[in-house]
Amino acid sequence: MQSSQTPSRANLAGWLYVSPLVLVLVPFFVAPILVVLAASFFATDGFGGLTPGFTFSNYVEVLHSALTLKLYLATIKFTVLTWIFTLIIGFFVAYFLVFHVRNQLLAIGLFLLCTVPFWTSNIIRMISWIPLLGKEGLINQALLATGAVHQPLEVLLFSDLAVVIAYVHQLTIFMIVPIFNSMARIDKKLIEAAIDAGASRFDIMRLIVVPMSKSGIALGTIFVVSIVMGDFFVVKVMSGGGSASVVSAFYEDVGVLQYPTAAASAVLLTLVLVAIVSLILRTVDIRQEITR
Amino acid sequence: MAIERGDIELAGVCKSFDGLTNVVDGVNLKIADGAYCCFIGPSGCGKTTILRMIAGHEDPTAGEIVIGGQNVVGLAPVQRRTAMMFQSYALFPHLTVRENIAFALRVRGMSKIDRLRAADAMIEKVRLTSFADRLPAQLSGGQQQRVALARAAITEPRVLLLDEPLSALDEQLRVQMRQELRRMQQELGITFIHVTHTQLEAIALADLVVVMEQGRIKQAGPARDAYAHPHDRYVAEFMGGQNVLSGRVEKVNGASFVLAQAAPDGIEVPLQARAKISVGDTVDIAVRRDDVTLVRPGQTLPAGCSTSLPSRVLAIEYQGYFVKVMLDTVPDDEFVAYVPEKTFFADPLNVGDVVLATWATDRARPLA
Repeated sequence: MQSSQTPSRANLAGWLYVSPLVLVLVPFFVAPILVVLAASFFATDGFGGLTPGFTFSNYVEVLHSALTLKLYLATIKFTVLTWIFTLIIGFFVAYFLVFHVRNQLLAIGLFLLCTVPFWTSNIIRMISWIPLLGKEGLINQALLATGAVHQPLEVLLFSDLAVVIAYVHQLTIFMIVPIFNSMARIDKKLIEAAIDAGASRFDIMRLIVVPMSKSGIALGTIFVVSIVMGDFFVVKVMSGGGSASVVSAFYEDVGVLQYPTAAASAVLLTLVLVAIVSLILRTVDIRQEITR
Repeated sequence: MAIERGDIELAGVCKSFDGLTNVVDGVNLKIADGAYCCFIGPSGCGKTTILRMIAGHEDPTAGEIVIGGQNVVGLAPVQRRTAMMFQSYALFPHLTVRENIAFALRVRGMSKIDRLRAADAMIEKVRLTSFADRLPAQLSGGQQQRVALARAAITEPRVLLLDEPLSALDEQLRVQMRQELRRMQQELGITFIHVTHTQLEAIALADLVVVMEQGRIKQAGPARDAYAHPHDRYVAEFMGGQNVLSGRVEKVNGASFVLAQAAPDGIEVPLQARAKISVGDTVDIAVRRDDVTLVRPGQTLPAGCSTSLPSRVLAIEYQGYFVKVMLDTVPDDEFVAYVPEKTFFADPLNVGDVVLATWATDRARPLA
């Protein structure tokens, strides 16, 4: 009797534990995704009206469009550039905080300082680049004054460069936090043991710190990649409309009431992202690294 | 400039972390090449700091550290030819046993084939061949300790520094690993410096025992000296096995003096080399616990015993090959007799019994 009752009871308790998450995820995540998935197979009358049905024509259209490839290439370019810069900056900021700031209180203070940009809204943060990068911005003024250039640089604002700068500015914290977290758990004695064995600073970083921060790097990568690939706003504002991304394209579709093709693009992007994330998870066993 | 010998000399070594108090306070010590030296003392006595200064992980505030005839202050651990085995081992958790052991060779730029061959030879020496591809987390405490030892020994250091190497192990394993450490030391023929707070460990292993208190060396010498001939009350109490009594000197006559105590005739103590004892001084004396004989009142004292202290039995602890009898002989200090098991059970005592504690007069020693 005991044996027949215990599993069902354990099951019930298990369901109770996950129920809050289920209550949030089902209406706000699973349901919308199902709606989008369904819509991607619907037909449309071209004026926003949807005809329930099952057609692959939306996917065919998206996949046959030469624009799709171009958009993906542009988005991947932004993603890779942003990833490289946030990774380099995030890694070294975390490294500095963990291994070079002896005073723990100071380290936490500096860590909080990294979050200061997030005290204002995303839009304000982007607008504040204009006085710095603009044609009459500080950087151009400085360059003109020193005689380094004779014409103000146009490339600084409303360009791909500006898009990457804005992304790096926004997303470096998403690298710093997980990398900081995994680095902070490296026993300082390991570093000493490595020094004792004759390892140089670079050896220590290459052979100890980087491998042991892998889970943080992977988590940060997932954050940065999925945010950049799912964003259209920064591209739109910072490129001044000159560049587009996958999301900005189907945002345009939504604007002209092409819901099914937008839905099909969205599903495609989701699949691409799922593939990228699972690739990352396959290289780094985050769960094992975290429980270590 | 390679250091070829492992003899160490500390001269006036001081270390202060806050600029106010010295954690290590003017330590002078000579350790012979190939010696097994144990630093022993309570936590916070500075023994680990000394070890870390010899290793090159801390710099002394003052003084010199000479290894193999060369002042090594300011040199990196590699240049000192020292290797350290860390407390709780500090094995690299993401590297296998083989990679852990080969690490030092890797950062020295040895080719992969050579370093793995050298690591495998070392793995065989510490008998871990079947575990070479495991991660440290998949090993037992004793195996991890052997990996740590192998990792430290692979660079053929002249001095191996061990920071409480056995403290993470359970009792049985500790005794076993103790022998293994000694075996490795003899096999490698290099200087071992071992920090511990367990006196049994120190006297079992060391050629040279260094007893420390608050940054100072209290006594340094062969294990038997530290245990059987402690200089002062601190060393006697820390090393254990001694009863320490204090009292006022009542009279000094020729080769011995008499200490006023609860005993009717006082305690007679041979003077030995320590001549500066005069009537009225307060002096500590030590009597080994296993030199104390317990006699029931009315029985005659064994030959050579001039002192007998009436005592009541406070507690009895069976220890296997001897019985620990705790007595109220002296008011403020602990007084214990280690009675051989056979002797004890020939005439078992009970708690509350009154006995005379006595010892051969020449077994009592005055302390500094």
